[in-house]
Amino acid sequence: MLNRSEIIETNQMIEKENLDVRTITLGISLLDCIDSDLGRLNEKIYQKITTVAKELVSTGEEISKEYGIPIVNKRISVTPVALVGACACRSKEDFVSIAKTLDRAARQVGVNFIGGYSALVAKGMTAADRLLMESIPEALAATERICSSVNLGSTRTGINMDAVRLMGSIICETAKRTGDRDSCGCAKLVVFCNAPDDNPFMAGAFHGVTEADAVINVGVSGPGVVKKALEKARGQSFEVLCETIKKTAFKITRVGQLVAKRASEMLGVPFGIVDLSLAPTPAVGDSVAEILQEIGLEYPGAPGTTAALALLNDQVKKGGVMASSYVGGLSGAFIPVSEDQGMIDAVNIGCLTLEKLEAMTCVCSVGLDMIAVPGDTKDTTIAGIIADEMAIGMVNQKTTAVRLIPVFGKGVGDTAEFGGLLGYAPIMPVNSFSCDTFVNRTGRIPAPIHSFKN
Amino acid sequence: MKKAIITVIGQDRVGIIAKVCTYLAEKRVNVLDISQTIVSGYFNMMMIVDVAQAEVSYDMLAEQLEEIGSQIGCVIKIQLEDIFNMMHRI
Repeated sequence: MLNRSEIIETNQMIEKENLDVRTITLGISLLDCIDSDLGRLNEKIYQKITTVAKELVSTGEEISKEYGIPIVNKRISVTPVALVGACACRSKEDFVSIAKTLDRAARQVGVNFIGGYSALVAKGMTAADRLLMESIPEALAATERICSSVNLGSTRTGINMDAVRLMGSIICETAKRTGDRDSCGCAKLVVFCNAPDDNPFMAGAFHGVTEADAVINVGVSGPGVVKKALEKARGQSFEVLCETIKKTAFKITRVGQLVAKRASEMLGVPFGIVDLSLAPTPAVGDSVAEILQEIGLEYPGAPGTTAALALLNDQVKKGGVMASSYVGGLSGAFIPVSEDQGMIDAVNIGCLTLEKLEAMTCVCSVGLDMIAVPGDTKDTTIAGIIADEMAIGMVNQKTTAVRLIPVFGKGVGDTAEFGGLLGYAPIMPVNSFSCDTFVNRTGRIPAPIHSFKN
Repeated sequence: MKKAIITVIGQDRVGIIAKVCTYLAEKRVNVLDISQTIVSGYFNMMMIVDVAQAEVSYDMLAEQLEEIGSQIGCVIKIQLEDIFNMMHRI
């Protein structure tokens, strides 16, 4: 029989410590929509999404009521559009028409983001991949709810440096095209190394080609809960610290598992994975940076930050893995700057730099995320930063990502406002020494020696 | 049987339990267990109930309980038992 303290603990997590299910993401395969006629393709895509995802939002709301837990976002991910549109699209504009269709479908079913305006070019680009990538600035400027991602490398294939270079200019172009909104288009554009097929979190969510026709993936979150639990472990040994994080992560993930199973039953769609990430929001008390402070750092960025983050990330996984039958996606601590008040404070006070963030990405789940940089940052500099981050992912056999926002018309000392969940960010200085000659070499960086495991 | 947990928290006053239980009886929600205490003037009650035979939908139950709560100055919440079991039992 349940006891009073357990019920109080759960409700305290929900009401006071921002425990929530961050997203129920419905992955939908669009492979069966492929058609050589663009008009028919668009029509089939719209029909499929609005049919499969018809009940998504209402189901999310119903589950939220049943268990008394907020489910913040209901979202959709689709098969990478470069594959779906390859047969029909002859120009950038053709791809943009698909983006508009996806946007319209997203609005119709009431989801705030739809991911999968993507290309997978870890080893090489097809003509369609290139067209899609070139269409990203226009697609993101002309739509509201589209999220775009490009996979540029993997441990098995190496890094496609031609695509890295291209994405350097695409990011700058997207920043210009959405310059009137603090370049917020770039907040919906992410590049990956080792992109997972089942990530429920935006902007990087897409429905991989190895997935079923439709699948439910759930992302849980609760940095506030971990922070609160750690308050009781002040001054204690690492063993106690780690145990506390692990137990808390277990409890948080169990909620995700419950919601995922329920959503899967109600929608009649198979359950894919639970992503056990600690994802912050700009809300006070919903911060990964505050956990790092609770572990013992004055601000994130101080010496010891990488070690503290490594520990946190590992314990979250250890606790979460036992709580769910299938774990996937990104699973770990997110360190976006603009979406975490503690990170913003650390940047403003001068404790956290881009270089330190890069080091931190070696041990946590994503990468350089939601970082605003000066609008006059060169394409090649962005490409260089991407290449560094891709190399970290490739060599360490982990997912890494880059979501940089070169804020048009703004420089160091200014602040960029993206609004809502995307938050705001102080513009960080970038090392401006040139890497042009390096980035302008053509071809790809070969896969590392430890990728040959066969 | 479909078990749910009802929590009632608020300023103590006469008739809170009566009010909640009358409503539950009207809607054929069976009370399985009640524990109630006063913590520094605050009324704090937890009930385990069976909603399987309820005459209204779960949605409506949650909504009406919330409304009763606001009438008597309490926060009333109903949640299916699974969330607590999942979190606290392996």
